[in-house]
Amino acid sequence: MKATDISNPEYFHKVVDCQYACPAHTPVPEYIRLIGQRRYSDAYMVNWESNVFPGVLGRTCDRPCEPACRRGRVDEEPVAICRLKRVAADNKDDDNVNARMPVIPTEKNGKKIALIGAGPASLTVARDLMPLGYEVDLYDENPKGGGFMRSQIPSFRLPEAVLDQEVDYVLDMGVTRHFNTRVESMKGILDKGYDAVFVGTGAPKAKDLRIPGRDEADANIHLGINWLENVAFEHIDKIGEKVVIVGGGNTAMDCCRTAKRIGGDEVSVTVRSTYEAMKASPWEKDDTLAEGIPILANHSPKEFIVENGKLVAMTFNVVESSYDENGKRTIKETGEVATVECTDAIMAIGQDNAFPWIERDVGIEFGDWDMPIVDKVSFQSTNQKVFFGGDAAFGPENIITAVAHGHQAAISIDLFLNGSSVTEARPAPGTNLVSTKMGIHQWAYDSDVIDDDRQASAHLPVEQALSSRKIESEIGFDLDAAFIEAERCLNCDVQTVFVESKCIECDGCTDICPTNCITFINNEEEDTLRDKLNAPSLNKDTDLYVSTDLPTGRVMVKDEDVCLHCGLCAERCPTSAWDMQKFLYTVTKAGNEPAPILVEQTGGAKKQEQAA
Amino acid sequence: MSFYKPNFRHPAAPTNELGLTAKAYEGGISTLCAGCGHDSISAAIIQAVWGLNIEPHRVAKMSGIGCSSKSPNYFLSKAHGFNSVHGRMPSVTTGANVANRDLMYIGVSGDGDTASIGMGQFAHVIRRNLNMMYVVENNGCYGLTKGQDSATADQGSKSKKGRINPFEAIDLVALALDLGATFVARSFSGDKEQLVPLMKAAMAHKGFAIIDVVSPCVTFNNHAGSTKSYDHTREHVQAGSVVDFVPMAQEITLDQIKGSTQNVSLHNGDSVRLSKLSDNYDPTDRHNAIHTLLEHKAQDKLMTGLIYLEPDSENFHETLNVPDQPLNELKEDVLCPGVSALKSINDGLR
Repeated sequence: MKATDISNPEYFHKVVDCQYACPAHTPVPEYIRLIGQRRYSDAYMVNWESNVFPGVLGRTCDRPCEPACRRGRVDEEPVAICRLKRVAADNKDDDNVNARMPVIPTEKNGKKIALIGAGPASLTVARDLMPLGYEVDLYDENPKGGGFMRSQIPSFRLPEAVLDQEVDYVLDMGVTRHFNTRVESMKGILDKGYDAVFVGTGAPKAKDLRIPGRDEADANIHLGINWLENVAFEHIDKIGEKVVIVGGGNTAMDCCRTAKRIGGDEVSVTVRSTYEAMKASPWEKDDTLAEGIPILANHSPKEFIVENGKLVAMTFNVVESSYDENGKRTIKETGEVATVECTDAIMAIGQDNAFPWIERDVGIEFGDWDMPIVDKVSFQSTNQKVFFGGDAAFGPENIITAVAHGHQAAISIDLFLNGSSVTEARPAPGTNLVSTKMGIHQWAYDSDVIDDDRQASAHLPVEQALSSRKIESEIGFDLDAAFIEAERCLNCDVQTVFVESKCIECDGCTDICPTNCITFINNEEEDTLRDKLNAPSLNKDTDLYVSTDLPTGRVMVKDEDVCLHCGLCAERCPTSAWDMQKFLYTVTKAGNEPAPILVEQTGGAKKQEQAA
Repeated sequence: MSFYKPNFRHPAAPTNELGLTAKAYEGGISTLCAGCGHDSISAAIIQAVWGLNIEPHRVAKMSGIGCSSKSPNYFLSKAHGFNSVHGRMPSVTTGANVANRDLMYIGVSGDGDTASIGMGQFAHVIRRNLNMMYVVENNGCYGLTKGQDSATADQGSKSKKGRINPFEAIDLVALALDLGATFVARSFSGDKEQLVPLMKAAMAHKGFAIIDVVSPCVTFNNHAGSTKSYDHTREHVQAGSVVDFVPMAQEITLDQIKGSTQNVSLHNGDSVRLSKLSDNYDPTDRHNAIHTLLEHKAQDKLMTGLIYLEPDSENFHETLNVPDQPLNELKEDVLCPGVSALKSINDGLR
């Protein structure tokens, strides 16, 4: 194998599994350490710079980081990254955070941007462009900002106050709000002379279920996301006693739990797949079951039963899922028919994009499935002035993906309006690699690997939680649990850096490594090498760190897969050929500004004084 | 901050026939200097005992005094152990072995503990062919007292302060051969591929097995001019015979190894497979072994590998006709057979 080029920041970036898996590449271990040091405001700001909505995401994120977490490969469960983020948000010092918000120039740069839709993608674009002096107009049909974070996520999962605060951080930068304003024409927007337009309108069209009885029962059939929105904006405040939800995603979980809180006594979820194959996140399923809502798997909707003009039940074909050796699923009817009595039915079977308001002659080309053609890197459409992001760009995803899109779209808009190429001139990531060595057995990070299990996040008693749709059902970590959970982090961003010229091949590192990551061996092709390592190479997706040739002709090969980052290789190295170096990778934002990750507690205040 | 080893291990760490991973064979974390050869030897012992499927509590770790003799703390923490007086490990091991011949005895000693203060004991334990593995962690200096030349420091070797050693070195391998040792090997702490199978063979050997392991002292004897440094050892090492230990149960297929091979069967049916670098080297020929050893020395080469093996030697217990059952398990009626037995013994002497 060729020697690893550690000067390429992507190599160490990939070792930090959680950060690598995060669409916005939030420096997870960095903020978890700050939580461990009880520096909640600092931890919050590290998050805020990267993902704009730490309080929201700490409650609602899809958590791509957690399945990626290295701890999950050596321990039973990964670090509870998402709920730790919430700890930072819940315990931050508001004055401190307010003082560290970016300074917005009073003199504008003369460029005007329109953002259509006030969801996470648009707000992120505003957050990145406002400090650069752009004027931003934000349009949304609803009376408040937040997009689907407000309309589709119920208050018992995401309290309004949390959302308001984080939406306001952005709006208070001086964004011009055009709320209660439904944009009906892209042409109309373009005619207003904006220098650029960003479309962050989400995927607003709920899928319907066309089966017998649909039209007759229409009065009691609700479309999931629309229904949630109506509840959120208090157009709906009750539902019938017996509610059946069709669908197995997170929207279905939100619908059933909302129904249970506004009048549904007997609420059940029906899903065509098996319980295991449901799209909902496992923790959402757990929370649903904990509230006494059964999930009926293998139920394929057959018919709405209407008696005397009223919906009384739904029937389902009971099905069986089977998988072939390629993992392809086949669903077969068993012949059995199940009936579930209901007064109301909620369809939560997916959502689609819809752009009826974009005229097809404004230079924005549409491709398959009537989706706009959008560049995957620059988020620019075929009309150079128009950019897309969030669910509007490539279909339904999640908040953190929308934020990542927003950051990248903001970079493109800034480059475009400064006459640079939106593909060629994109900024490199900010990186930093610094030794953490302080002395013998002393590192600037907590290198101990603790044995504690994942801490359970506290919930309200069910009756109390169900008493109102506005009471947050999950209490989250107390500070002691948060500390233990933070200590469970393996500090994967503290990299094992190897310097060939210093190595005397004493085997000290190989002998001490708890997980046998390190092998000194004659170099070969990757597959052969993986077979010959000291410990089985289980995860081919993680890289091998290969040195150049050592004096004996061998090379050092480190399998990054289950490295605990405990630093013992470096402690047992007599020549400091190994060192533990903290690697920081930040996604550079619009205006080429690297994220000011390590601001001191007073940094923000100072910055404001200077600006004043 | 603190110095301890995490409890997590590789999720797919292999298990031996007892179902144990190597973790069951580990010891406390070493407090020897970082990079010490002794730690590699401890790691090799862990691999060898684990690989031989020996239960950790069926092993007794014996040692004297010195950096080397601290090292039994750092492997097999579930084994028995005795950290004895300086240079007196052989006699304590003899006593233990007499009391319980069923344990596997691993003696760990250093060049001071063996070639200086323990020289007399070393000589006699060889003569007695006591069933044990005797590992000398040989770094040519007294590391625990700031690196003075030891009795195994080569003539002409330079100390850390620059002084040249004027005295002839004691070659423990040559001495062991001369005293009639039945398993003699030399290895290097930085070469586990050779050391681990040698240890397995040494532990399977019924009789006294010595492995003289060059184990560089990173703090006091790893500089240019030293003949026991990592670099010098690597440059001068010459493997006399590459060893592969083959347990009885495993079929030997000769084509697995290149070059000419020779099998030597051990007492219990296991065998040692040798792949020889030189066709005329026969490790069962003591005269030849001594001759080849001296030849290598004359050429400034360090001969390593299995140097001599006498597979069917008569060990201490056989010579003394000790019962198969360990003495510490014998009940009083067997140990004190009574007046009539005494009378018959006395009668036999008249």
